[in-house]
Amino acid sequence: MTDKTDLSRRHFLVAATVTTGGAGIVAAAVPFVASFRPSARAQALGAPVEVDIGKMEPGALVKVEWRGRVIMIVRRTEFMLGKLAELEEQLADPASSASLQPGYAVNPHRSIRPEFLVVEGVCTHLGCAPMPRFDVAPADLGPDWAGGFFCACHGSKFDLAGRVYRGVPAPTNLSVPPHRYVAENVLLIGSDMGAS
Amino acid sequence: MVASASDMVDSLGRGVNSLGRWIDARFPLGKLIREHATEYYASKNFNFWYGFGVLATVVLVLQIVTGIALTMNYKPSAAEAFASVEYIMRDVEWGWLIRYLHSTGASAFFIVVYLHIFRGLMYGSYKKPRELVWICGMFIYVCLMAEAFFGYLLPWGNMSYWGAQVIVSLFGAVPVVGEALAEWIRGDFYISDITLNRFFAFHVIAVPLMLVFLVVVHIMALHEVGSGNPDGIEIKDYKDDSGKPVDGVAFHPYHTSKDLVIITVFLIVFAFVVFFVPDMGGLFLEHANFEPANVLQTPEHIAPVWYFTPFYAILRAVPYKLLGVILMGLAVLLPFFLPWLDRCPVKSIRYRGWIFKLALAGFAVSFLVLGYLGLQPVSDTYTLLCRLFAIPYFGFFLLMPLYTSWEKPRQVPERVR
Repeated sequence: MTDKTDLSRRHFLVAATVTTGGAGIVAAAVPFVASFRPSARAQALGAPVEVDIGKMEPGALVKVEWRGRVIMIVRRTEFMLGKLAELEEQLADPASSASLQPGYAVNPHRSIRPEFLVVEGVCTHLGCAPMPRFDVAPADLGPDWAGGFFCACHGSKFDLAGRVYRGVPAPTNLSVPPHRYVAENVLLIGSDMGAS
Repeated sequence: MVASASDMVDSLGRGVNSLGRWIDARFPLGKLIREHATEYYASKNFNFWYGFGVLATVVLVLQIVTGIALTMNYKPSAAEAFASVEYIMRDVEWGWLIRYLHSTGASAFFIVVYLHIFRGLMYGSYKKPRELVWICGMFIYVCLMAEAFFGYLLPWGNMSYWGAQVIVSLFGAVPVVGEALAEWIRGDFYISDITLNRFFAFHVIAVPLMLVFLVVVHIMALHEVGSGNPDGIEIKDYKDDSGKPVDGVAFHPYHTSKDLVIITVFLIVFAFVVFFVPDMGGLFLEHANFEPANVLQTPEHIAPVWYFTPFYAILRAVPYKLLGVILMGLAVLLPFFLPWLDRCPVKSIRYRGWIFKLALAGFAVSFLVLGYLGLQPVSDTYTLLCRLFAIPYFGFFLLMPLYTSWEKPRQVPERVR
């Protein structure tokens, strides 16, 4: 044995201690980090919601709450549906290729049945609530306004299929939540039996 | 024998002295007092700009004291929060005063800190050897922003609710993990009771602990390198035989007695606001927040409290969400790098070239204008103005290595006048 310090042995021991201690810290952090995620109760409260749409007049809007989000259901008129095709040039994502929606809502009217639009009333910019503005060419939105949703927070505009206009802060179309028809006039929001 | 009054004072003095010696043998109390007060020498030419650090400390203490009093009656749950704040305002003795002190204190904190930071910009307080003082100060500022943001949700008013909704959804802009991250922060699929409860924990314990720790580090780092001054001269370069800087005076009693005057003036203004205009016409307490949170109803026009609006204006001016978030983050992050962006060897604006003075003026004006624009509703003109005024803001930092190398500063005197 010599009195000299065995540096390589010391370096190995330091590295081994740091690695083991580091792994221990990461493992100990897991419960704390995971405790921040939605709890079992929060997930249970996020269960699907049933809506009766049988009594909706054409042109009417119904708002329901699902997971703290407003879900807007619009029964569109023939006139409203007709306007959709004319707007495509002014839209940022007319084919909904960059937006969030189940596969059954990837079509020009963004819905299962053309008549009924189901979208989240949450602006895709920063989560404000866009206002329904179904009036055509109002004074504040200009003569080109064909009816849709307007977010007053930062000025984002969406058409009557929740598709976003070009040149506004919102990046994508309003999201379509998973939903399905459980009966002729009953919508279930929050579940689509895995169809999405 | 009747002990005379002077004898009693004498023996009291001896008692205090021996207690001091007893403590000093066990804890460096005397050393701490000497190093940080009675033998800490700061330049004799401080002007009023050097009072905002002390004021920030005063406000920090005020916020901690009033905050503790508020937690005794506040209920951090979605069902009870709004009503418990009303209860504090109406039924708790002096509750209205404690709450107004706390809410006014929040705005006062930012006013004082913004002026403190501006002092640093003017007199080059971020320059060598004070880089760590500056960086530590910037961390304090970021913590303060977090503290204000978490605290703003607690009254559970409608603006609290939607403000938190907007800010948390900023994290949703992060590619791939964004939505999961926002969900992790909220602990729910939306801003709910769960979110309120955890923001309360952040506001009353996690962030304040961090803040106090950072303030201690900020002051320790400052006292290690020594305070700057409006001339940007290192007073440590000229010391007398006993090692004291000749242009410095002891922090206590000289600077402390001057600080008492500054604190008094501040408290007069502060008390006026607390008693006569605690909501500052909707600037300090926004009108939409007098309504309870409503998940289904956004306030007509969401604006953060005034101290965040310059950054909010930048966020709104960008038509792409991710880019907007990045630019807003950059606006907060860039000042961290000031010590290395500024290439001019001269510290104080008194001896710097016109080009720096112009850039600093442009920065200050753009900060104020952006702050105003961030409070206004969206319109095409305002968006254009936001974009226009973001240029001097970012230019001040990004072009700094260039214009500070071109700059021709004047000769700095050797001694403080």
